[in-house]
Amino acid sequence: MVEDKDKKFTSVSIPTPLFEKIKERIKGTGFTSVSSYVVYVLREILAEEESEEEEPFTKEDEERVKERLRSLGYLD
Amino acid sequence: MLKPHGGRLVNRILDGKVKEEALSEVQEMPFINLNLEQVRDLENIAFGIFSPLEGYLNREQLYCVLNEMRLPDDTPWTIPIVLDINGEKKEEIGKSEKVSLKNSGGEVVGILEVEDIYEYDREEFAEKVYGTLDVNHPGVAKTSKMGEYLIAGRISLLRESKDEFYRFRLKPVETRVLFKEKGWQQIAGFQTRNVPHLGHEYLQKTALTFVDGIFINPIIGKKKKGDFKDEVILEAYEALIDHYYLKERAVLAIFRTEMRYAGPREAIFHAIVRKNFGCTHFIVGRDHAGVGNYYHPYAAQKIFEEFPDLGIVPIFFSSFYHCQKCGGVVNEKTCPHPEDFHIKFSGTRIREILQKGEVPPPEIMRREVAEIVLGYENPFVH
Repeated sequence: MVEDKDKKFTSVSIPTPLFEKIKERIKGTGFTSVSSYVVYVLREILAEEESEEEEPFTKEDEERVKERLRSLGYLD
Repeated sequence: MLKPHGGRLVNRILDGKVKEEALSEVQEMPFINLNLEQVRDLENIAFGIFSPLEGYLNREQLYCVLNEMRLPDDTPWTIPIVLDINGEKKEEIGKSEKVSLKNSGGEVVGILEVEDIYEYDREEFAEKVYGTLDVNHPGVAKTSKMGEYLIAGRISLLRESKDEFYRFRLKPVETRVLFKEKGWQQIAGFQTRNVPHLGHEYLQKTALTFVDGIFINPIIGKKKKGDFKDEVILEAYEALIDHYYLKERAVLAIFRTEMRYAGPREAIFHAIVRKNFGCTHFIVGRDHAGVGNYYHPYAAQKIFEEFPDLGIVPIFFSSFYHCQKCGGVVNEKTCPHPEDFHIKFSGTRIREILQKGEVPPPEIMRREVAEIVLGYENPFVH
């Protein structure tokens, strides 16, 4: 069986002093490398940006849903 | 309201003309028989409960989930949602582009657009998901019986199943409207597979003090021997809410899927599902989705550190117990008294008491809840 286990990575450049600063910062933490720290922080930032308000339902859809919720006793 | 996982609520329910056209085609297609749990997960995909999944995982997705606990686009996902088949069925499907999906009554309930049929390593699957190869683990035992191929592709739902729990079945689009109508901004999701004892109630109400509403969302589906039956859990919760909760602050609805007992991975999966229902927070107690001693009691909390991008806030609780000296429910952060004063909410002990037909002490379980359980001749899965 062929296994597609290869993780796909690419390189991003950061200033060397910043790299050194992060290296110091992660000592004694659960982060095993500067890369794992950077990945963590970037995921966190992107998730914050993506958690904005979602598109509202159309009035028609919302009314249909409310009708069902009333019939089930979830709404008065 | 919080965006669904992956950014969009999936809807794979066919209706109107599209459904009619699909139904006219299904007779020509090869078919796969689904068991009850598989039908439920088909519906979970179609209703958007498993958003962003639109179907069963393909090979690339599966190995990303097994190895990275993420989908190939980096979205967190920890439990493989797959459909297994045997070699004979693979031959039968051949190069068909679509297969129909039938329930145990032989009715067509959905269509699968076949993207791929691939081999996988069952041992690797089990070890990665459950962290063990011990066949006594229910998940490992189940995996060992799966077919040797997985069939991947997008699904469409043609027929929604009906069951005795229909009135507790809400889709994410419905819970989201419901929470909005109630004016809830912050919602804590609570996962359970048990009838509630005082520890559960205390945990939910503690969370409720700093959110707007509690979404009590029991798992309805295949469980292990000795667990409470689904109908008992639901009736017990109805009694608890009727007597001890503000109606405008609690919603009870079900999540129809089987327990995987995958501990930490399943805790993340459970959080994702509640995010799709519209929850902003998710309660994670001790030994969430655990079984036996396969997982560290707090492994299901620790794993959240790996997912800064989960998009739902976990609320961690340690064990609660009753302290006779304090005269209430406490934990190690709130009670200074020695263990001699403590009465633990032991599931095993509660079951033993109930099995004898007795009502557990009031400091462990509400009488109204105990009476529901005792009203059943056999409240346990056997």
